[in-house]
Parts: sequence; C-alpha cells; structure tokens
Amino acid sequence: MADELPPLITDAMRAQVGKESEPMTSEVDKTAIRMFARSVGHVDPIYYDEAAAKAAGYRSIVAPPGYLGTPVFNPNAPSRRGGGGMFGGPEPSRPLRRVLNGGTEIEYFDDICAGDVLTSTTHVANYEETKGSLGEMLITTSKTVYKNQDGKVVAISTGTGIRY
Amino acid sequence: MAVKWNEVSEGMEIPTLKKNCSTQQLVLWAAGSGDFYQIHYDKDFAVGTGLPGLIVHGALKNAFLGQLVHDWIGNNGRIKKYGCSYRGMDYPNEDIICKGVVTRKYEEGGEKLVDLEVWTENPQGKKTTPGTATVRIDS
Repeated sequence: MADELPPLITDAMRAQVGKESEPMTSEVDKTAIRMFARSVGHVDPIYYDEAAAKAAGYRSIVAPPGYLGTPVFNPNAPSRRGGGGMFGGPEPSRPLRRVLNGGTEIEYFDDICAGDVLTSTTHVANYEETKGSLGEMLITTSKTVYKNQDGKVVAISTGTGIRY
Repeated sequence: MAVKWNEVSEGMEIPTLKKNCSTQQLVLWAAGSGDFYQIHYDKDFAVGTGLPGLIVHGALKNAFLGQLVHDWIGNNGRIKKYGCSYRGMDYPNEDIICKGVVTRKYEEGGEKLVDLEVWTENPQGKKTTPGTATVRIDS
C-alpha cells in the first residue's frame, strides 16, 4: 500500500537543504507593532506608547515576542509565503495539499524596536517524512536569520512546517 | 510587578494567562501577523480541508506564550529564547490557559538566567502547545 510508494523527498529537495534564500526586507514599524500587540492582547504599554517604551529602557516601541517585522510587500515578486519560506523550494514527489504549522522557536540576540529594518535569509535545515494520524506527512524545518540595519544578527527563528 | 531574581525558584509556577479567542480576534491576528490561511476564518474552507471547524493559529498560541513570559518578567529582563510545538488544535470561543513552570535557575556568562517549561492547555486539560523559554533577569 502506501509503503510501496516512492519517497516524498526528492533529490532536488535534498539538494535544497542549506541553500540560503534571497534576502527579504521586513520593516518594524509602530503601526504594525500596535496591530500585532493588540491582536495578541498585550497590555504592557511598551508595545503601544513610545514614551513608555523609552522609560522602560528601549529605543522605541518594542517588537512583541513573535513579531519579527512586516515583510515589504512586492506585488510583482513571485509568490512567497510569509514566515520565512516554510514551504518554499522544490515540490515533493507527490502533491500534498494541506499544510499545518508544526512549531516555532525564536532566539533573540538584541532588542528589536520600531524603526528597525530587518534583512532575513531562510534555508531549509531538514526534510523528514513520517506517517501520522493524518497519513503521510512531510516535515520541513527551516531557519531564518534576521539582521538589523547595523548588520547585527538580532534573531534566529526555526519553523517546522507540516504538509500532508 | 515584574518578578525579581530573588523571588525565582526552581519548580515555581508563574502566573497563568487565560485566553479565549473570538473569531474577531483570529481576524485581528491574521492582519497583525500576515497569516491569511483561510482555515482560521473561513469555516467552509476549514471544513473542506477535513477540519472540524475554524482553528486558532498556532503562531497566535506561540505569541500568547510570549505574553505569558513577558508579563512575568516585565521589563526586568529579556526573553532570550522561546518556542513551542503545535501538538493539538484549539478552537475559537474555548479557553486557552497559558501556564509556565521554572525548570532551572542559573548564572552563565555573567547573566542571571531562568529556563521555563511553558504550555497552553485546553478546557479538557490537554497540553496543546508545549514549549520552553529561556529568560534573562536583570535584578
């Protein structure tokens, strides 16, 4: 049955592992931070009010946990999912129509505040195929490195994407 | 309000954060995060993919855990690392209880650090979003 099917992971996918994407620019701005913070339900004024953020020792309104800037939208760019190209790259040997977000981890190395401009590159760290309750699944682990306008790495996010 | 270093002990629970997402909050999050996948706001679409109905974005639960930890340390420190796995679905209009426990308190590289286990729990008490966090406490 399913065991006789060829692997989902192709040679082209294996060759993709470790390849850095084109850099993507994300802006960290006050309006987007406020929207993000509001949608989560944050109550700390450092996410809304510049004076409160400065009084707490930050340069400006602070990017809440999980917010790593808003990608600059380009209507002419080839389609690319937000969140660091979790499902980009070569297609598996059989089409998988459904997607789930498997997990997220972010490591921070410095504050990220309104006015920062982040440049990120993403690479696939690993592909894995398994069989779970949802049938055959392709698990893609990708890493995105964010540098700020001074060239300093401020965050690395690791995402796990599941297609089934 | 923000926790102090001398108040932290291994095994202690941090204050619980209770969430309960309206569908409106999911739409707010879609806009705030840029994740417009329809399983989070278009019920017909969600059912068409085999789901029982709308589900809460995994990344929103991740952000809830970020708030849980931030509300505990306030601005007396920083989140150095945090993350979670999306093991179970959560649904709009059901409680999502965010919890955390201190697993390790230590000093390293001149910084006062705390590791935590964090998670969200559904109304049946199941941990749908288990994760970990490492924070720096300044004083």
